[in-house]
Amino acid sequence: MTNSFSELTFNTRAFRNPDIVTSLVKQINQLADGVAESLGRPVQIMEVCGGHTHAIFHSGIDQLLNENIEFIHGPGCPVCVLPAQAIDKATWVAQQADTILATFGDVLRVPGAKGSLQQIQAQGADIRILYSPLDVTQLAFDNPTKKIVFFAIGFDTTMPSIALTIQSAKQQHIQNLKFLCYHIRLMPTLTTLLDTGEAELDGFIGPGHVSIVLGSECYQPIAAKYHKPLVIAGFEPIDVLQALHMLLLQLSQQRCEIENAYSRVVSKQGNVLVQQTMNEVFKNSELNWRGLGNVANSVGSLQPEYAQFDGSLVAPQSSPCECDDSKYCADVLIGKRKPNQCPLFGRSCTPESPLGALMVSSEGACAAYYKYKQIPFNESQPEYSEDA
Amino acid sequence: MRDNEVITLAHGAGGRASAQLIDNIFVEAFGAQDEAALQDSAVLDLPTLTAFGNRLAFTTDSFVVSPLIFPGGDIGKLAVCGTVNDLAVSGAVPMYLSAGFILEEGLPISVLRTAVQTMAKTAREAQVRIITGDTKVVAKGQVDQLFINTSGVGVIPAQININSTLADGGDVVLVNGFIGDHGAAVMLARQELGLEASMASDCAPLNGLIADLLQHCPDIRVMRDATRGGVGTVLHEIAHASNVTISLDEKSLPIRPQTQAICDLLGMDPLFFANEGLAVFLVPKSQADKALAVLRDNQYGRHACQIGQVVKTEQSLLYINTNFNSKRMIELPYGIQLPRIC
Repeated sequence: MTNSFSELTFNTRAFRNPDIVTSLVKQINQLADGVAESLGRPVQIMEVCGGHTHAIFHSGIDQLLNENIEFIHGPGCPVCVLPAQAIDKATWVAQQADTILATFGDVLRVPGAKGSLQQIQAQGADIRILYSPLDVTQLAFDNPTKKIVFFAIGFDTTMPSIALTIQSAKQQHIQNLKFLCYHIRLMPTLTTLLDTGEAELDGFIGPGHVSIVLGSECYQPIAAKYHKPLVIAGFEPIDVLQALHMLLLQLSQQRCEIENAYSRVVSKQGNVLVQQTMNEVFKNSELNWRGLGNVANSVGSLQPEYAQFDGSLVAPQSSPCECDDSKYCADVLIGKRKPNQCPLFGRSCTPESPLGALMVSSEGACAAYYKYKQIPFNESQPEYSEDA
Repeated sequence: MRDNEVITLAHGAGGRASAQLIDNIFVEAFGAQDEAALQDSAVLDLPTLTAFGNRLAFTTDSFVVSPLIFPGGDIGKLAVCGTVNDLAVSGAVPMYLSAGFILEEGLPISVLRTAVQTMAKTAREAQVRIITGDTKVVAKGQVDQLFINTSGVGVIPAQININSTLADGGDVVLVNGFIGDHGAAVMLARQELGLEASMASDCAPLNGLIADLLQHCPDIRVMRDATRGGVGTVLHEIAHASNVTISLDEKSLPIRPQTQAICDLLGMDPLFFANEGLAVFLVPKSQADKALAVLRDNQYGRHACQIGQVVKTEQSLLYINTNFNSKRMIELPYGIQLPRIC
């Protein structure tokens, strides 16, 4: 299947319009001043999703907002919360004879106890990067003498396409394909985070892509039980600013609701069909995640009906706590510490030699800080006039 | 030698098959050379060289692009343009190239012939001569179809002094066309992403354009060919080498909507997409208008524009002024952007 750009035309310019950005920023700053005054401190907003962290820094929105708004970066980066054992297991699988490990590109550089998948690949392991999970069925067809293992990770966003791939593999009677699943679901992640109560939060910018699957209604407990407002946002600068504006309006009016600023793709109920598919394929259990600890309704294995594709038992079980994850990574993941408040940040931990996944992943908060926030621009005034 | 034949190990063994391959493919395409060309070395006449300048520029590059043919070019065109452009941005007049071919057993002769013919055609356009070469054949699977290496010799005129260390405060940053076209075209040509868009590589020999520019604006001190690492990498290197701060203007960047869309989809930055017919020029501000006019007068510079400026000295930094008046650091990417792009 091919998609032509003419069919997919989306007017990104409208969502990057400088005049609208300026106007929204002005309103947001005014609202933030009021809310901060009543709180007696800056407003603390958590953007759950790593994609939002990068969107905020990429457009420089954080530089336009005043000091009364602080972003706390959330755990919504699937690679970052992966426990080291998951990488070690994938590494073990990739090193077996006649085996191809397929996975997403983001996982490749994440350090495990015995190195990263990229290092194993350089030593001869057959590791393939896929853009679409469905490509793995073709890989299995093309390599009938090999065992193909798909290392499947991600939040509710990627789970549907993986569930559909597993169903498709079953329909096609593919024999040489297994799935090593490490899925974490967003809602249990948020409730786990709120239950620990480590981060001081006034509200959430809700994830965009996850919400396409789950719908906006699923977040109601965040408002009802935990009394935090949440506004779902898209990823263009104006999407993020609109959500922030709605969130601050709620706080200034002392409302606490779930609102949707990404209604062009997020519905109330989400994609009910794929929610059913996920329930048919994945088996829920409690798994241990980096920073978060045990999170309910995680997925490490498949329902009995799909047992033939379950890769969870192909690798030896490792004891859950032999990993030496940095405590600082955990703190950053739950919003207790900012990346640049970690003593290792930019010193022993850099994108070239990362000590944790937060520094590797394209959605990792530390990678975002390293990429965008190394230089304080206010200390670097131009000496020559810019005439562009 | 018929086009439905394939390369065998015999073609690389130095015997009759090798001789046939050289005669039928290489000599036919690159034209009748003097007898010296088929000896162990090509022999260059020094007075011919010194007539053009007082220093030699010498460079080499290997080409492993996949697929071999893509919209806007093929591995042969790339192999000539890559080396010609490396010489040209050093301020040299490109003169002679060598060409080394590593062929995979089983490669259709027609594929090799096409690549060699485009090399010859591009060399004629760039007014360089391919005067020496080599062919090796390796067993199936030891290379992917066809790899080419070219080295090139050029002569630098006495008054020209181009060096990445010579950027200065106030210099403006110019490019001669759209950013990232080659990377986007090759990525789409691989059809791994299931995307379609009308997109051609910018692959082109730039020595004519650069000669025009140097003739009219002889004070240009910094020129770089923005190939594999893209405009971003080249500007990083210039900022570092000259210890200057370069600011780019986001709204001035010439990026095609297709390229931007691919980058948005894959989380990549067009500034780090490969180009094969795009150079970055740092020009004293007083000569910026003249330089732009000269560039736009050339077929490979129609879309030339200013994208930034050196705003500070004594601090190595590269950033972009966004459309919202915020600033964003431009850091070199880690890991692979796109393998086998050139």
